Amino acid sequence: MYETQYHRATSVEGAARLMGEAQDGKYLAGGMTLIPTMKQRLASPSDLIDLRRIDALKGIKIDGRKVRIGAVTTHSEVATNEELAKICPAITSLAGHIGDPQVRNMGTIGGSIANNDPAADYPSAMLALEATIITNQRSVPASAFFVGLFETALEPEEIITAVEFTAPDKAAYKKFPNPASLYAMAGVFVARSGDQIRVAVTGAGENGVFRLNDAETALATSFTPSALDKLSVNPDGLLSDLHATADYRANLVKVMAKRAVAEIANRPM
Amino acid sequence: MGLEGIGARVLRKEDKRFITGKGRYTDDMVVPGMKHAAFVRSPHAHAKIIAIDTEAAKKMPGVIGVLTGAELKADGIGNLICGWMIHSKDGSPMKMGAWSPLATDAVRYVGDAVVLVVADTKGQARDAAEAVDITYDELPVVVNAVAALEQGAPQLHPEAPGNLIFDWDLGDEKATNEAFANASHVTRLDIVNNRLVPNAMEPRATLGVYDAGEDHYTCWTTSQNPHVARLVMSAFYNVAPENKLRVIAPDVGGGFGSKIFIYPEEVICLWASKKTGVPVKWAADRSESFLADAHGRDHATHAELAFDKDNKILGLKVQTVANLGAYMSLFSSSVPTYLYATLLSGQYDIPAIHANVKAVYTNTAPVDAYRGAGRPEASFVLERIIETAARELKISPAELRRKNFIRSFPHQTPVIMTYDAGDFDATLDAATKVADYDGFEDRREEAAKRGKLRGIGLSCYIEACGIAPSAAVGSLGAGVGLWESAEVRVNAVGTIEILTGSHSHGQGHETTFAQLAAERFGVPIDSVSIVHGDTDKVQMGMGTYGSRSGAVGMSAIVKALDKVEAKAKKIAAHLLEADEADIEIKNGDVKVAGTDKSLPWFQVALAAYTAHNLPAGMEPGLKEGAFYDPSNFTFPGGCHICEVEIDPETGTTEIVQFVAADDFGKIINPMIVEGQVHGGLAQGIGQALLEGTHYDDSGQLLTASFMDYTMPRAQDLPSFKIMTTETVCPSNPLGIKGCGEAGAIGSPPAVINAITDAIHNNNLAMPASPQTVWAAIQAGK
Repeated sequence: MYETQYHRATSVEGAARLMGEAQDGKYLAGGMTLIPTMKQRLASPSDLIDLRRIDALKGIKIDGRKVRIGAVTTHSEVATNEELAKICPAITSLAGHIGDPQVRNMGTIGGSIANNDPAADYPSAMLALEATIITNQRSVPASAFFVGLFETALEPEEIITAVEFTAPDKAAYKKFPNPASLYAMAGVFVARSGDQIRVAVTGAGENGVFRLNDAETALATSFTPSALDKLSVNPDGLLSDLHATADYRANLVKVMAKRAVAEIANRPM
Repeated sequence: MGLEGIGARVLRKEDKRFITGKGRYTDDMVVPGMKHAAFVRSPHAHAKIIAIDTEAAKKMPGVIGVLTGAELKADGIGNLICGWMIHSKDGSPMKMGAWSPLATDAVRYVGDAVVLVVADTKGQARDAAEAVDITYDELPVVVNAVAALEQGAPQLHPEAPGNLIFDWDLGDEKATNEAFANASHVTRLDIVNNRLVPNAMEPRATLGVYDAGEDHYTCWTTSQNPHVARLVMSAFYNVAPENKLRVIAPDVGGGFGSKIFIYPEEVICLWASKKTGVPVKWAADRSESFLADAHGRDHATHAELAFDKDNKILGLKVQTVANLGAYMSLFSSSVPTYLYATLLSGQYDIPAIHANVKAVYTNTAPVDAYRGAGRPEASFVLERIIETAARELKISPAELRRKNFIRSFPHQTPVIMTYDAGDFDATLDAATKVADYDGFEDRREEAAKRGKLRGIGLSCYIEACGIAPSAAVGSLGAGVGLWESAEVRVNAVGTIEILTGSHSHGQGHETTFAQLAAERFGVPIDSVSIVHGDTDKVQMGMGTYGSRSGAVGMSAIVKALDKVEAKAKKIAAHLLEADEADIEIKNGDVKVAGTDKSLPWFQVALAAYTAHNLPAGMEPGLKEGAFYDPSNFTFPGGCHICEVEIDPETGTTEIVQFVAADDFGKIINPMIVEGQVHGGLAQGIGQALLEGTHYDDSGQLLTASFMDYTMPRAQDLPSFKIMTTETVCPSNPLGIKGCGEAGAIGSPPAVINAITDAIHNNNLAMPASPQTVWAAIQAGK
């Protein structure tokens, strides 16, 4: 790791000010990507501005079916929130299957979304839940937030403060992990509210998370796994690497989509 | 056996320090004035070095020295060598390319060390390493061994035209061809044994200390065999004469073979300590370990197995191309030859075998011994082809094996080995019974109803351990003898220190070796200490590998214990005024048989050291040493059965049952043996299902971290069903065969046989990752 200056911010405004003063600063949340990258000497920020102690970024608030999750809420806090599990078990289950316990105890929802790793789990949930990403400057719909690989709509000094969404009637997330890293090679989040069906895919797209419109159309006709039997996922535009070719990923997307629908169908709520 | 003697499930004495973080490893060592090293390694797989500019690096903060290969050479430090001579079939010696510890004229793999930086801190050393400016002229690259043999392939070493190190034969080609001419059925199979990265938990490290006052060197290092390290560094690398070089291998966090070899780093840090005048420590990070530890396996093989009309094996032909990487590591030449082809007879009576092995240079990390070393490759070839043959011949794989088992011992195979003992029916019967092998088809049907593909696979492996009789390995080209030494020191109060040339890096020697003394004298194991891993304490030893610490290391201890016991009995007979033949040592007492006359053990020891009343002419003291040279290899064997269920939609394999029935001969501590089997199975299953090493065409290692290299996790493994049968090994005093490598040797073919049975496609590469299995299912449709 190269030498860096560590700052512990106590307010969102203070954090943004520190960033403005830094020569080449980086916000630090759970650090699950940034710190290993720095240890490999592949990143060398002049300043690290730690957001985790800012009270305004903490906690989960639930009002009816409206959900607000503070940006520095850890995956394990989301995974173990009983109130949230009652109205949206898909998201608590997603959080409970990210990485390993150490990662879940450090990693945060804001960090995951801001980093927008194409294999991260949360972006698929944000897209399928039509979540709103709240920052210190504005509100951005998820559909406009995730721009490309590791690329978001965030401006350099902008800080995610929370995400907000309305719990769907039904939802499920199924992922097939990379055998080595355990990141998603294909993760499919299916959400249904009334006749609105949204299917979002992570881990597979060359440009990161995307909506699977063909699956949404098929499921609108019949919300059953077999409705996806004829679904053909186009391997063009899908990632291809050592662990999964685009063809294999296309297959996994379809299988995970069917399994997510099956889970919803088999669940009482 | 007593509570702590031979056969007792004694908890490991060493575990307290290991599981409470009190182990002391090389990187824990701190000496006054110690500084830190970083290596500049080649980013290219193949390039000429045009220029090395160290001026900017030398001016960086904290930098003490920036050293190059030219300076190393000027100081007379020798090239690294391979210590096992192999002759090609035309009689010519193997063609070894020069391996300078720091590259001078060319680099040949990504990770090749070029420059050493020594600085006050590790961070400063790394910063300065980045400031070293090396101009390279890139050369064409070849990473695949078969491709490296092709006409026009890039050349690595001028000494080895066509990249061919040796073209070696074993067995009788003519007799084998005749056997095939008479065959009623021939099974043919192409097999790749995938390259593996060892990934010991503790990365390699070394601390070199030169004492100018004494003109003496000390090398702390992560070694499985510190005496071999001293011998090689003295005799071949010209670091220092043996009496001026002390090598210490303290606690070592796993080796699996990768810490047998003498790497560039130990040599360089010792030399650099003299050059810079400060102690120099280097500790690899995980990325460096991936790049620069010796890898394992990497064979491409074509095999043919011939049968008569009664399904008896007539002959076996094997052609293997072995990738040895960019340089010949210390024992690299022995792995694909005498540790491989000599085991190709397996558990079967095969009248004729012919094997040809071509060893090849490529632009990849050096390849050397890794848990099993040659024997997993042999068992994979044989156990895959016999299972394939059973399917072709439409007979039960268990039955085909049974039909061809060796049943009389000693048995001379056509490939050098003389098996001394074994009962292959016993392990096959035990495993098939526990696995309910005969009831499998019902389980396959039941699984099919759930949409799962279920398969079962067998593996009946044999291996050769202990390595081995010194004269025998010497005649086959080994540069060293493979005996072991021991010294048993009984202290004046009766406590015991056992010094051994074996090295423990996870095997539990501090417990099992102490059990030998507990068995012999009835003393608690807590009063027995095991001393190892330091050339100043133990005179000489050959170290730990090849499952040899039990069969060879313990046998040396037994010989020393015999001598101690004989002397103790003489002293006791004198003190008790009895006949020496009537003295027996039991439960910590030295008794005259059939009487109530006895002395506690410690009084005999005390008498030896007070020397007030010893038999006439006897020297004081109670301390004896022994060297033990085995009379044969040992031959552990067994039967592994793997049963899998595959999700055809994703290609995911779940091991639903894994049974291992092994014959390790006599067992000292069953709990430790079970641990060895569990670990071995995890590594074997890891090779079969998970661990793949990939270089791209430019020679970059794509699987250079745990993000891409899949190590086995607990969740990947079932709860193993393991058991042992016992035929006593006649070739050593304890009857031990060895157990350290068996799990990794027997399991991969069982796993792949099970998967190929499930998916009805025999063309399946390791690791059988979900993608690979899914693709094989698609291809088989």
